[in-house]
Amino acid sequence: MALVLNEDQEMLRDAARGFLRRRSPVSELRRVRDEQVEGGFSRDIWREMAEQGFAGVLVSEEYGGSGFGHVAAGLIANEMGRTLAPSPFLSSAVLGAAALGRAGTDGQKGEYLPGIAGGELITAMAVDEGDKHKPEHVTLKAEKSGNGFKLTGAKTFVADGGAADLLIVSARTAGADEDQQGVTLFLVPADATGVTINTTPTVDNRNYADITLDGVEVDGDAVLGEVDNGFVLLESVLNAGRSVLAAEMEGLAKESFDMTVDYLKTRKQFGKIIGTFQGLQHRAAHLWTELELVESAVLKALQTLDENFDGAGAIAALAKAKAGSVARLATQEAIQMHGGIGMTDEHDIGFYMKRARAADELFGDADFHAGRIAMLRGY
Amino acid sequence: MPDLEKFREEAREWLEANCPESIRKPVSGEDDIVWGGRNWVFKSDDQKIWLDRMAERGWTVPEWPKEYGGGGLSKEEAKVLKQEMARIKAPPPVNSFGIWMLGPALLKFGSEEQKREHLPPICRGEIRWAQGYSEPGAGSDLAALQTRADDKGDHYIVNGQKVWTSYADECDKIFCLVRTDPSAPKHEGISFLLIDMDQPGVTTKPIRLISGKSPFCETFFDDATAPKENLVGELNKGWTIAKYLLTHERAMIGGMDSSQVLGRSPGEIAADTVGRNSEGELADSFLRSDIARSDVDGWAFMLTMERYRDKSKAGEGVGAASSGLKYYGTELNKRRYELSMSASGFNALKIGDGIDSEEGEMARRWLRTKANSIEGGTSEVQLNIISKRILELPDA
Ligand SMILES: Cc1cc2nc3c(=O)[nH]c(=O)nc-3n(C[C@H](O)[C@H](O)[C@H](O)COP(=O)(O)OP(=O)(O)OC[C@H]3O[C@@H](n4cnc5c(N)ncnc54)[C@H](O)[C@@H]3O)c2cc1C
Repeated sequence: MALVLNEDQEMLRDAARGFLRRRSPVSELRRVRDEQVEGGFSRDIWREMAEQGFAGVLVSEEYGGSGFGHVAAGLIANEMGRTLAPSPFLSSAVLGAAALGRAGTDGQKGEYLPGIAGGELITAMAVDEGDKHKPEHVTLKAEKSGNGFKLTGAKTFVADGGAADLLIVSARTAGADEDQQGVTLFLVPADATGVTINTTPTVDNRNYADITLDGVEVDGDAVLGEVDNGFVLLESVLNAGRSVLAAEMEGLAKESFDMTVDYLKTRKQFGKIIGTFQGLQHRAAHLWTELELVESAVLKALQTLDENFDGAGAIAALAKAKAGSVARLATQEAIQMHGGIGMTDEHDIGFYMKRARAADELFGDADFHAGRIAMLRGY
Repeated sequence: MPDLEKFREEAREWLEANCPESIRKPVSGEDDIVWGGRNWVFKSDDQKIWLDRMAERGWTVPEWPKEYGGGGLSKEEAKVLKQEMARIKAPPPVNSFGIWMLGPALLKFGSEEQKREHLPPICRGEIRWAQGYSEPGAGSDLAALQTRADDKGDHYIVNGQKVWTSYADECDKIFCLVRTDPSAPKHEGISFLLIDMDQPGVTTKPIRLISGKSPFCETFFDDATAPKENLVGELNKGWTIAKYLLTHERAMIGGMDSSQVLGRSPGEIAADTVGRNSEGELADSFLRSDIARSDVDGWAFMLTMERYRDKSKAGEGVGAASSGLKYYGTELNKRRYELSMSASGFNALKIGDGIDSEEGEMARRWLRTKANSIEGGTSEVQLNIISKRILELPDA
């Protein structure tokens, strides 16, 4: 597949851009923060996003989605990154839809996918148990109980955990704490008895939660995929999430860069436009080249997911590593080149740096994924 | 695309039958590179056989038109040919500034006679060209050049000095930027002139590089002559050609794939020198993370070259973005060689005429990479171009 967008994809991107600039500009994130909107996003706007087709982009037509695929999902995320739109897109429309679409039984798909595509049902992926991403570290236990399972343990930093109706939880059904074998994914309703959800305020003003499961009883139908063999599925689904998150970081990095270049063309000091100073020009030009690399890596990852969903491990690691490090660099440079105004809460640029930091951390930061590439290359 | 597959089959068969066994190996040093020209001494009979056979097919320069000695292949076919050559480790039969720089400029700006005269000998590796751009007082500020060509009716008389002229002492001809109107603003009085180096008025003096080699020279013109028909394009419009040619040069320098030439990647080398921990990771975790970050950037850079190729196939010009490739690719290459040197340790420091090992070669190449971000326009100059042409930041 050529590494360029086709016409349909360009149209989709333009439509998403128009909608998001109108309905969810950065002022919406600011409002959500200032008014402490429950769940971390506006349900009304999410419903409108669903009407735009965002929520069903990975859900097949059979279940009420469009099935446009991962390149399309990445384009939407990219535009969401540009306006820092708060929404459960990643958790529900990407991770939830990918997990159920890939591994769900007909019954599970029929029960959940239409709701995801319609934006009424929100899912969240409960994976991590410590402060750094480590998906194979699973101590949350699932023990056989009757014809189902009993789940006990804790998860942390669950994106959109506070708004979710359905949790997708990785649990240990066999093996030792760090084994890939013996991990099983479960579908757990957020309102099940024994589930406690505590939302944590974070620097990016998005919704994360610490979740404990205390002897939560689920029946056999709650297993997603195969018992004990859930890790491969989990990784594939996370790779989709990582790639789409990389696309979001591409968008936010480019937007903060564009804002900065605009500022360089207007702000005057020493009687000159500051954009005439070569010290700043070169930093901006360097960032431009880095952003070009991000765009290439992200597009390749999204295309690979569409062509060979389970074979995207290495390229997703590349996209997440490159986008994470460049998004952090671009947003830090943006603040520096704005000077004092960049440090004010009133200016939007700070929101970009905060989101870059959190998005890099989520599902493995740039170092984590560079390390993966090293491993895959045999060192 | 069945036609393309048919072409692949034909190419594969022909290469199998015609590429001599002895030269099917990765390019490992300067000796494996054929530059051609009247002064060229082939390192083996097979090198010459390979060049002659490929030239006869037009495959030394696969994408140039057939009537000028090229292969007339489409971009897709040329890519297939490259893949098939790589499959059997067949090296390029000839490399040259004629192929990379002058040829593309002549195809765009040259007259029909100039194309017929100059392109076929380039394809056959018979004439080797030098690039006469830089002067002692005109490096990054190339348009400040002073070498002048005076109109003498049917010919020009050239006086002045060029510097850093790669391989000038081995070349047959030189394409030069010369001042033809000293009174015009500096970009407007420059012309693009082809000069025969085999004449008393042209002398060269080799300059020794930090690698110990002398691959470039000072080039002096003392009343050298060039016939009028050697003016390419219009008089005083040479700057346009110069810039066009530089875009090609930059894309070429930026796109040099070091990983291929090097043979072994820094990660592989380090596995031997520092060893591994129980997890199979390099025992030196600082080196490991530096190499991993450079691999991340290297892969993303390769994808960017692929994306630009696809963009230009789809009809979108890449333009000033070639400065981005030049800048990033050369800085990356320097980084990789720094890492290879660190990974190799003491072994990489060995140098000297007697040592033909990978290690002796490594030091020389490491030294050579430092020029990548200088030649063809420095990194700083590329960043200036990106600032102005792409970001549209104002001039000081
Ligand atoms: C191995 C090698 C092969 C070469 N081969 C050829 C050849 O075949 N033919 C040929 O014509 N030339 C050749 N060159 C010359 C090359 O193109 C010049 O060296 C190059 O353009 C830089 O010019 P300079 O050396 O005069 O450096 P300068 O222009 O003097 O630069 C010195 C420093 O100042 C910086 N600088 C200059 N201007 C600016 C600015 N406006 N903004 C910010 N920084 C600036 C530069 O980036 C550099 O860091 C070769 C050079 C090398 C190293």
